[in-house]
Amino acid sequence: MKSLSFSFSRVSSLVLGLLITVSPAMAQDIPRLLSGHPDMSGIWQVLNEANYDLEPHIARHSMQMREGPINPVPAIPTLRLGAVGAVPGSLGVIVGGGQIPYTPDARSLKEDNMANWIDRDPEVKCFLPGVPRATYIPMPFQIVQGDNDIFIAYQFAGAVRDIYMDNPGPSQVDSWMGWSVGEWEGDTLVVDVTGLAEGTWLDRSGSHHSYQLHVVERYTMISRNHIEYEATIEDPMVLTEPFTIKMPIYRRIEENARLMDFRCVEFVEELIYGEARRYPLPR
Amino acid sequence: MRKLMETLNLGALVLTTLALAPIVVAQSAALPRTANGHPDLSGTYDVSTLTPLQRPAEFGGKLFLTNDEAAVIAAQESRRNSDRNQASDPNRSAPPQGGDGSTGASGNVGGYNTFWIDRGTGAFQIDGQWRTSIIIDPSNGRMPAQTDTRRAERRARLGAGEAAPRREGGSNDGTAYWLDAGLEAPGPYDNMEQRPFAERCLLSFSSTGGPPMLPALYNNHKRIVQSEDTIIIQVEMVHEARVVRMNAEHDPAHIQKWLGDSIGWWEGDTLVVETTNFRDVPAFSQGSKDMKVTERFRMESPDQLVYTFTVEDDNVWTAPFTGEYAWPRSTNKVFEYACHEANYALEGIMKGARLLEAEFRGEEPEGVPNPTR
Repeated sequence: MKSLSFSFSRVSSLVLGLLITVSPAMAQDIPRLLSGHPDMSGIWQVLNEANYDLEPHIARHSMQMREGPINPVPAIPTLRLGAVGAVPGSLGVIVGGGQIPYTPDARSLKEDNMANWIDRDPEVKCFLPGVPRATYIPMPFQIVQGDNDIFIAYQFAGAVRDIYMDNPGPSQVDSWMGWSVGEWEGDTLVVDVTGLAEGTWLDRSGSHHSYQLHVVERYTMISRNHIEYEATIEDPMVLTEPFTIKMPIYRRIEENARLMDFRCVEFVEELIYGEARRYPLPR
Repeated sequence: MRKLMETLNLGALVLTTLALAPIVVAQSAALPRTANGHPDLSGTYDVSTLTPLQRPAEFGGKLFLTNDEAAVIAAQESRRNSDRNQASDPNRSAPPQGGDGSTGASGNVGGYNTFWIDRGTGAFQIDGQWRTSIIIDPSNGRMPAQTDTRRAERRARLGAGEAAPRREGGSNDGTAYWLDAGLEAPGPYDNMEQRPFAERCLLSFSSTGGPPMLPALYNNHKRIVQSEDTIIIQVEMVHEARVVRMNAEHDPAHIQKWLGDSIGWWEGDTLVVETTNFRDVPAFSQGSKDMKVTERFRMESPDQLVYTFTVEDDNVWTAPFTGEYAWPRSTNKVFEYACHEANYALEGIMKGARLLEAEFRGEEPEGVPNPTR
């Protein structure tokens, strides 16, 4: 309400009440459960470059680069992908527009990861993507919301998350997709994610984290077909301070939108195990 | 503002409750129901059971166990578990090279205890009666005979590629036995694609995701989340989410899916799920791509679902068959079963076979590189 351009002192409480009732967030026609909570059930997907690089960046030759005689060029393993392996630019998804506040050591590791992207990115190996990356890997995910339950199934690697609305206490063991505890703050679903194993990354630019990663996600429906997504990322082992990413998520409105099989384990068998075939294929 | 919304919501809730009241009264009142009046199947279920899929011969045509018979089954498992779950003796000596000669993986080189096995603690009960088998039709509790075509295919498969076929695990003697037929003879470990889905972490063993969804040796939890138009059945092993589209039509037949294409509808208080569009080898691996599985979820009480399935597949079986078993509610959470992420076994299996082949040829095996991850 602070952004309203008139003075509160001149507005009677009755008028203020009316204004709040029709304020943009409330005026939207968003689907609701009978309980009154927003109903986010459906198939959703982001439309951005976050999975390439969370930070502001201009387009570059390739997801993995090497020094060239004049300027950097694609690294050998990504060379043949040509424009398909190039990275589209973006002003980034970090609130405030800055970079990830890594410690100097963590920043060097990120750069080293970037230089060795194809060998190190868990996405390449079809590992479960973790949180928040599961949200902005550019594939659909499906939210199913029951009266008391919220469940998210992701197409990539068949990852799943049960959002515990009954706060079962702290995570008992680390996992790839973490331990998600949800609660409603008004119309915003706030999910506190802990117990995230350190093997996942945040993007294809080597952004890593430690086992101390703690993510607080906020899902707010801003219209029937849009969710505003925010994730605050805290990791005292590699960050000098927490940072927040923010992006819209779009409903896949086509009638035949489905979560399709993307059981990519099968697709990476040749990459991971191919050399152990009895008659290895050319590589 | 929030107060206002709460008031409005409360109003909506009261109206809804009034609107649904007649329906609720007409149906079994004891069952939990969703705001829309359907039985609320959402929850977590532990489907482990000692009752086997097919009826042991000793029970013949008998569908039910007596209390005494059920007690014997539970006591046997409890005894086995207390033996198997003994802590390993830290001072035990190494097993003999090549294993102890008994059957089992790599000649049984031994392992840790079996605290992680969870087959359940007893047979299951439906409507208060203990069962001898999951299959109830045919009435002998056994799967129907396979078609001649399928039997011929299986014989051909068994004969192909293994001139000296040995049952895996049954006579895994630590040699490259497949080379008995010649140094160039194909073997079961030549390629990853020849290994079972479970070794490859593509699916679990025992058709946990199915359908039909069957109990397994461990990790037997299912989680149902229910909305009006979609029902998710999460299967613990291997983190499957079966998405059931309610009151929908199947996708085109050529859109084959690992767990098939599932559509659902309510018949009274029973959720019916029909699944088709399987891949050439479904999770229930005896079936074919033309299999049709019809599952029924009935809430027997707030604490237990009865899960019934009928399998029809003319390519494989001479008749349809039906099974059912209990899904008791559990207070557990479903923990993540990340399989592929640490699948060092498949790499070990493949590289182990290469070592055995080198040994068989009398070559000094070259160093096998360590796992790459």
